[in-house]
Amino acid sequence: MGRFSYRVVEDAAKELYIRALKVLPPDVREALKRAYEKETNLTAKTIFETIFRNIEIADTQSMLICQDTGLPIYMVTIGSKFSVDGARIKAAITEGARRATIEHPFRCSSTHPITRENPQTSVGEGLPIIYWDFDPDADYLEILMIPKGSGSEMMSTMKMFTPAEGLQAIKKFVLDSVVAAGANPCPPGIIGVGIGGTSDLVMFLAKKALARSVGSRNPDPLFAKLEEELEEAINSTGIGPMGLGGINTTLAVHIEWAYTHITQNPVAVNIQCWPARRARARIWKGGRVEYSF
Amino acid sequence: MANYTLTTPFGEKTMRSLHIRDLVWINGHIFGMRDRTLIHIFDEGHEPPVDLNGFPVIHTAPSLKKVGDKWEKIIIGTTTSTRMERFSPPLMEKYGVRAIIGKGGLYHGSLYAMQNFGDCYLAIVGGAAAVETIQIEEVEDVYWPELHPEAIYKFRVKDFGPLTVAMDSHGKSLYDEVRKEVQKRLPEIYSKLGIKAA
Repeated sequence: MGRFSYRVVEDAAKELYIRALKVLPPDVREALKRAYEKETNLTAKTIFETIFRNIEIADTQSMLICQDTGLPIYMVTIGSKFSVDGARIKAAITEGARRATIEHPFRCSSTHPITRENPQTSVGEGLPIIYWDFDPDADYLEILMIPKGSGSEMMSTMKMFTPAEGLQAIKKFVLDSVVAAGANPCPPGIIGVGIGGTSDLVMFLAKKALARSVGSRNPDPLFAKLEEELEEAINSTGIGPMGLGGINTTLAVHIEWAYTHITQNPVAVNIQCWPARRARARIWKGGRVEYSF
Repeated sequence: MANYTLTTPFGEKTMRSLHIRDLVWINGHIFGMRDRTLIHIFDEGHEPPVDLNGFPVIHTAPSLKKVGDKWEKIIIGTTTSTRMERFSPPLMEKYGVRAIIGKGGLYHGSLYAMQNFGDCYLAIVGGAAAVETIQIEEVEDVYWPELHPEAIYKFRVKDFGPLTVAMDSHGKSLYDEVRKEVQKRLPEIYSKLGIKAA
């Protein structure tokens, strides 16, 4: 086997950003279709029909689904049998995100937090956001790309409850967060919930929950049951598609969790809009790249 | 729930004939603007270089490419309106804007202005930018291009919609109606989840 070319990672990082913006994952499409079929509200039905038309136009005319190109997030998993230089992977992903933005081209949605100066490249201090994980069995590198739009990201919430406040505090916080978000996060999308950990980890867990395919359940039955319960509760609020009423406010509630401090009970909510965009690539040492969702 | 195909510019009478849940399709011209543009007009005191009287304003977020002296569409979508609340009543009062197109809705100051001046809020499907881009036939003009992507855009549109009348000139807001219904349902949902304090 020859030397691994980091250019493969760079090209994949570019391709992933563009794919994510254009091709909606099949699980999201199916969930939207199921939601439409059970919807009873006429305004909501019309909204779903526009959504389907939009997906079709994006597919057939290779257009972006939504103009909000988001903040670029890359979740990287490095397999044990794929020895690699992490610093070079980081540099390659950053260059890929930059090239996607200027070569496609599309709107750079990133800016300096104080001066509001837009770099027009989607990269800069802290961007792209890259998370690292490891897989002891894999012989590949996996990159999951999520462009996170602001309509939904603006609605993020986190709270440190006390142990005495119990599970009911978690449930109420999630429900109240979705009610307060109302029409803004372009429902019906995914409600990502983080439970446990520290203040920073719990927010990341909520984000990681959005990376799961719609319809997947947490493998732990305790959390799977909580997902189902919250899903039903949120959909019975009547907020509906685009907050204009209906029986579909979310396609799925996903929970990710971690152990926490004995004094704490942290919970976080991160919402994803109906265009729950993501794209995945597996890269092998020889340079083979397989794209999926 | 009625369907209307309307051609710009709009008159007060047309706007007052619309009710929440009606569907509207627009032909003619609409003007795109957003945060920076509105700050430029109202906080920094710059007069818009174009007559907005009778035309709808859309809270736009365009991705455009300048080729020669023409602006080509890459993707044009709609951004959340709630950030634009305080600018909406003066748009109607001072510049005669008829209809605000956006997502997420506006608040009571705007609803009150809609009653006063004969205006309404037309909800678009957020995230459905591909549909919107197709329905915008041409970006005819860009005013204050130095503010791009937050300039003023003159879009020529064809069968632009369906847009849901979500706030009307009769003091009705579909967002309010939905919120009221949600509040009514919450105690029962809390109790089902085993939440004690409602």
